[in-house]
Amino acid sequence: MNTNKIDHIIALSNDLRWQIGDEFHDNLAEGIYADAAEIVKGAVRKKDEKGTFRIDTKIDKIITSKVWGFPLMFIILAVVLWMTIVGANYPSAMLSGLLLDTIHPALKGFASNIGMPWWLDGFLIDGVYLAVAWVIAVMLPPMAIFFPLFTLLEDFGYLPRVAFNLDHLFKLSGAHGKQALTMSMGFGCNAAGIVATRIIDSPRERLIAIITNNFSLCNGRWPTQILIATIFVGALVPASYSGIMSLAAVIGIAVLGMVFMFLVSWGLSKTVLKGEVSTFNLELPPYRPPRFWKTIYTSIIDRTLIVLWRAIVFAAPAGAVIWLISNIYLGDASIATWLIDSLDGFGFLLGLNGVILVAYIVAIPANEIVIPTILMLTVLVTGISAGEGAGVMFELDSATATGDILRAGGWTLLTAINLMLFSLLHNPCSTTIYTIYKETKSVKWTTVASVLPVILGFVVTFLVAQIWRLLA
Amino acid sequence: MEVKPKSACETCVQFNADGLKKLGVNTSDFDFVVALAGNPNTGKSTVFNAMTGLRQHTGNWPGKTVTRAEGAFEYNKEKFKLVDLPGTYSLLSTSEDEEVARNFILFGKPSVTVIVVDASRLERNLNLVLQILEITNNAVLCLNLMDEAQRNNLEINTRTLAKDLGIPVVPTSARYNRGIPELIQTISELANGKIVCKPHRIKNIPKNIEQALEKLSAEIKEVYPDIPNSRWIALRLLEGDRNIIETLKTGEFV
Repeated sequence: MNTNKIDHIIALSNDLRWQIGDEFHDNLAEGIYADAAEIVKGAVRKKDEKGTFRIDTKIDKIITSKVWGFPLMFIILAVVLWMTIVGANYPSAMLSGLLLDTIHPALKGFASNIGMPWWLDGFLIDGVYLAVAWVIAVMLPPMAIFFPLFTLLEDFGYLPRVAFNLDHLFKLSGAHGKQALTMSMGFGCNAAGIVATRIIDSPRERLIAIITNNFSLCNGRWPTQILIATIFVGALVPASYSGIMSLAAVIGIAVLGMVFMFLVSWGLSKTVLKGEVSTFNLELPPYRPPRFWKTIYTSIIDRTLIVLWRAIVFAAPAGAVIWLISNIYLGDASIATWLIDSLDGFGFLLGLNGVILVAYIVAIPANEIVIPTILMLTVLVTGISAGEGAGVMFELDSATATGDILRAGGWTLLTAINLMLFSLLHNPCSTTIYTIYKETKSVKWTTVASVLPVILGFVVTFLVAQIWRLLA
Repeated sequence: MEVKPKSACETCVQFNADGLKKLGVNTSDFDFVVALAGNPNTGKSTVFNAMTGLRQHTGNWPGKTVTRAEGAFEYNKEKFKLVDLPGTYSLLSTSEDEEVARNFILFGKPSVTVIVVDASRLERNLNLVLQILEITNNAVLCLNLMDEAQRNNLEINTRTLAKDLGIPVVPTSARYNRGIPELIQTISELANGKIVCKPHRIKNIPKNIEQALEKLSAEIKEVYPDIPNSRWIALRLLEGDRNIIETLKTGEFV
C-alpha cells in the first residue's frame, strides 16, 4: 500500500540526518532544557533561600563521607541485627511453645484417639506439620522485625546512599554500582534481590549481580548463623561478653559474604563476563520521614507474610522427606543413616560431618529448616535420648541443650565455624534458583549461579579445616 | 487549554468523590486506559496505590518499580485501568528498563497519561514531561510531593504552569492522599473529552533541525493522517531509532 511512501520517508530521514550531523542529539537536549528553564522561571518562585535542601546536604555530607560512611553503615547494620536477634527471642519462644509443645502433642493425641495408622500419623504430623510449625516459629518473628526495619530505612532514603558508598568497590570489581541496592535487598531475601536486578541496564553486569546475590546472607540463614554463633563462638568469652561476641561473629560472616561478592564479581568480569563498567547517574533522593505505622503494617502484611507463605509451601514437603528417609529402611539402616555414613568421610575433609551435608541436601527447598534437620539427624546417629523419635524435627528449649546434643554428635568449634561458612557459601534455595531461571531464561547461568557457591563453600571449608588441623 | 462549561455541582470534587470505587487488581472490562509516567522516585507507585487501593511496594529509591503494574478504579460508573510504569528520566535514551515506559506511552495508546513530577525538582522533571507532550495529546501533570516543595519554600503557580504546558496541572501529596480526588476528576474529564489539551511543543530547536522535522512530519502525516505525534516520529527517525522504523513499516501506532 504505502510501502513506497514509507521507504521514501525513511530515505529522506537518512539524508536529513547526514545534513544535520552529529550535534542533533545534543542540540535537541539543549532545546528541551531551554524550554524547561523558561517554563520554570515563569511558574516557580523560591520564597526564601534557606530550606531543608541544606539539612539533606548536611546529612549526606556525614553518611556518604569517606571517613564516616562505612562505620555508620556497619553500625546501622549492627543495630538492625541486634534488634532482630534480641527482639525475635521472645515471640519465637512463645510461638514454639504454642505450635510445638501444645498443638503438636494435641494433634498426636487426636491421631491416636481416632486410630490413625502410625505411618500416616508420623508422615503428616511429625513430618509435614512439624516442618511447617518450625518454619513459622523460627522465621516469622525475625522477619516481622527485620522487614519493617529495612523498609523504614528504605523509605527514609538510606539505600541509595549505601549504593553511593559502595559504588567505588563495585566499580573496582567490574560490576555495576546499583548492585549495592540489589545486594541490600538480598539481605532480606535472595529471590527478591534477584528480581530487583532489573534496575541494572547492562546484561553483563546484571548477570554478575544475579550470580553473586546469593552471597548476601538471607533471612533464612540468619537464624542458623545466630544460633551456632551463640552456642559455640559466644561461649569462648565470659558470659557478659558472649552476646557481643556472637553478634560480631554473625556480622563477620555477613561482611565476609560481601567480600566474596566483590571477589566473585571481579573474577567473573575478568573471565567469562568481560566488559566495560557502565556509568550511570544515581539520584540521591531527599530524605523523607517514613510513615511509621503504615510502613510497619504494609511490610508485615505484604512482605513478611508472602515470604513466610512461600517458605511454608517449600518446608512442608521437606518435612515429609525427612520423616520418610529416617523411617524407610534399606537392610538394617534407614536411608538417612545410610546417607550420613556415606557422606561422613567427605564431611570430615571439609571440617563438617555427614549429618550437616545430608541436612543441606534435604533443606534445598528452604534454608530455615537446616538446624532442626541437623538436630534430628544427630540424635538419630548418636542414639542419645532426646527429641521425639525417628525423623521428628524438634527444637530444644535452650541453646545449651542444643549445644550438648551437637557436642555429643562430635561437634567442635571447627565444625561450628565451618557450618557458618558453609551456610554462607552453598547453593541458593529452590525458590531463588527458580527465580534466577525466570530472570535469565538460561539453564547455563542458572547452573552457574547454583553450583558456583557450593564449590566455593567446599574449597573454603576444606582450606579452613586443613589449616585448623595443622595448627591445632 | 479549553474547558467546556459545567454546572457548579458537577465541577465539585467532593460531590463527585462518592463516585469513586477502588477496584484493586480487577482490571477487566475497562472503559479507559490511564498510564502513570514520570521520573524515578517521584511517587508514581504511591499515586497508583492511592487510586487503586492496591499496595504496590513503595520505597525511597530510584528504580524501585521494575515491571509494569496494573490496577483499576471506577469513577462515576466508568472503569479506568491504571498502568504504573517504571520511572524514566527521558524517552530519548536506548536503555532497556526505560523501554517498557517508552513503548507503552507510544504504542499502548493510553486514553490519558498522568505525568507524575517531583514539585521541588520541577525543572529537571520537565525534560521528560516535554518529551511525553510531543507524543500524546491527552495528559495531566500530577505535581506530586507538594508537601516537600512547601517545606523547601517553593511557591508554584499551577495556573501559569498549566497554561505554559497546555495541560491541566493537579498539585498532590499522594503519601497523605491530598489532591487524589482532584486528580481522578481531571483524569475522568480528560478521558471524556471535557478538557481538551493543547500540549506544549518543544520550541528551542535550531532552525535546521526544525525545518527537517517539518519536512518529515508533513510526509508522515500524508501516510498516517490520524496520528497526533508525527513530529515525535520524525524526531526518532532523525535519531535513527530502529524500533520506530520497524513500526512505521507495520503501522502499529495507528
